[in-house]
Amino acid sequence: MKQLRIVLVLLCFLLGVLGVRADEHAQEQEGNEVDVQGIVFGHIGDSYEWHITDMGHTHVTVPLPVILYSRVSGWHVFMSSKISHGHTHDGFYVAQMGSYEGKLVEKNAAGEELRPIDISITKVTVGLFVNCILLLTIVLGVASWYRKRKPDSESPGGFVGFMEMFIMMVHDDVIKPCVGAKYRKFAPYLLTAFFFIFISNVMGLIPIFPGGANVTGNIAITMVLALFTFVIVNVFGTKHYWKDIFWPEVPWWLKVPVPIMPFIEFLGILTKPLALMIRLFANMLAGHMAILVLTCLIFITASMGAAIFGSMTFISIVFNIFMNMLEVLVAFIQAYVFTILSAVFIGLAQENGHKAKEEGASA
Amino acid sequence: MSLLLPESGLVFWMLLSFGIVFFILAKFGFPVIVNMVESRKKYIDESLENAKEANEQLSKLKEESAAIIASANKEQGRILKEAMQERDKIIGDARKKAEFTAQKEMEDVKKQIQLEKDEAIRDIRRQVALLSVDIAEKIIRKNLDEEKKQMDMIDRMLEEVVSKSKN
Repeated sequence: MKQLRIVLVLLCFLLGVLGVRADEHAQEQEGNEVDVQGIVFGHIGDSYEWHITDMGHTHVTVPLPVILYSRVSGWHVFMSSKISHGHTHDGFYVAQMGSYEGKLVEKNAAGEELRPIDISITKVTVGLFVNCILLLTIVLGVASWYRKRKPDSESPGGFVGFMEMFIMMVHDDVIKPCVGAKYRKFAPYLLTAFFFIFISNVMGLIPIFPGGANVTGNIAITMVLALFTFVIVNVFGTKHYWKDIFWPEVPWWLKVPVPIMPFIEFLGILTKPLALMIRLFANMLAGHMAILVLTCLIFITASMGAAIFGSMTFISIVFNIFMNMLEVLVAFIQAYVFTILSAVFIGLAQENGHKAKEEGASA
Repeated sequence: MSLLLPESGLVFWMLLSFGIVFFILAKFGFPVIVNMVESRKKYIDESLENAKEANEQLSKLKEESAAIIASANKEQGRILKEAMQERDKIIGDARKKAEFTAQKEMEDVKKQIQLEKDEAIRDIRRQVALLSVDIAEKIIRKNLDEEKKQMDMIDRMLEEVVSKSKN
């Protein structure tokens, strides 16, 4: 993961810069200082409303619906504008500290903060919906082009041709060789995962309204994606796959009396999707962070004199351009890596013992 | 550390929306595209195969036609040669025949000439005989004026005839 390393190195470097600034910030305490941490974590995290910009003292935000189920008072549906800026609505308010910081909580009779079941349409959820609709529009639009034509009609050009090339690249170069003989059964899932991740990644890079939500950099999203792969790998796993986990072909003392290898193999079932989840999440989060921190650099240095401010602005913009280009690459690579690893895991679970032995004998 | 904790609400929405998107795309999206592209690929391969076959057939036909033309040329040559031979033969025959006829005619003519020559000679002889008889008559008439001489003559002649018959 060279890209990941580059991103992490850059991030460490930038966080180092940030750390220095934070120290100074702590020393100064006074003045119109920029809350970098707030900005960065506000952008990469989730929130109940979609904050677009501040015009002077007016917050330009898109209010989003809040859907809660409280064990005390049942269902509640209201717009997020009712609870913004520390307001309380129906006993619900955004916790400012504690384990539920930034989340809606209510107080029970004993005065303890309780978290209701929260299925609010948050910023990331809206981003998710936008990406899903975009994905559906693109793929179904392309599919409708094919539905109207016969195999002997001309091949498509323009956007449909591009999408065909893209889809067939993933299909022929990733899915087919990695999954093996039964690739047809799994191709729709892997293609959906690839294009969902890719579109989400690219949309995350677009800084204006419908884009910019950190969808694939949110662990809930990557967890569900990894969960899908996990379920598909294990549900469609062959007998040989399960035998290899609980009774692998290793010396007997590794299996009896202490089942070391089965334990390790079983752990492998869980670590594979976990790695998928963390990899995508961390990569996208790191990219967003780096870009945000670089942008914040401009505002941090605003109070440090014209020379530093000017030069840092220039450096920040140059680095930002570089980072954004890198992120476009990472957007593709991460989608590619997720798909290829999912395909490999599925392919490994599809292995047939008889066939494997034959291959072993021939090799 | 809230970043590392998956939010249950978001997990719910993600499961729902990704599930729906997956279902729709798996049913109406990707298989349509992939199948179509693969069937087009198959169609192109088949077309290429057909074109190749057609080309092969075409070249075979070309070869065949070339062979036909070559054999036709050969046949033409043979026919021409035969015709030439035939012509030569006919001319030769005609010449021979003409020669033969000419010779025959010549012979006929020669014969005719011979006949005519003989006739002429006979004629001349007759003439000569007549003339000689006439001359002889005149001579005899003149000589036989005298009796005695006449008698002598007759005697001599008789003598001659007799002597001849004796021999």
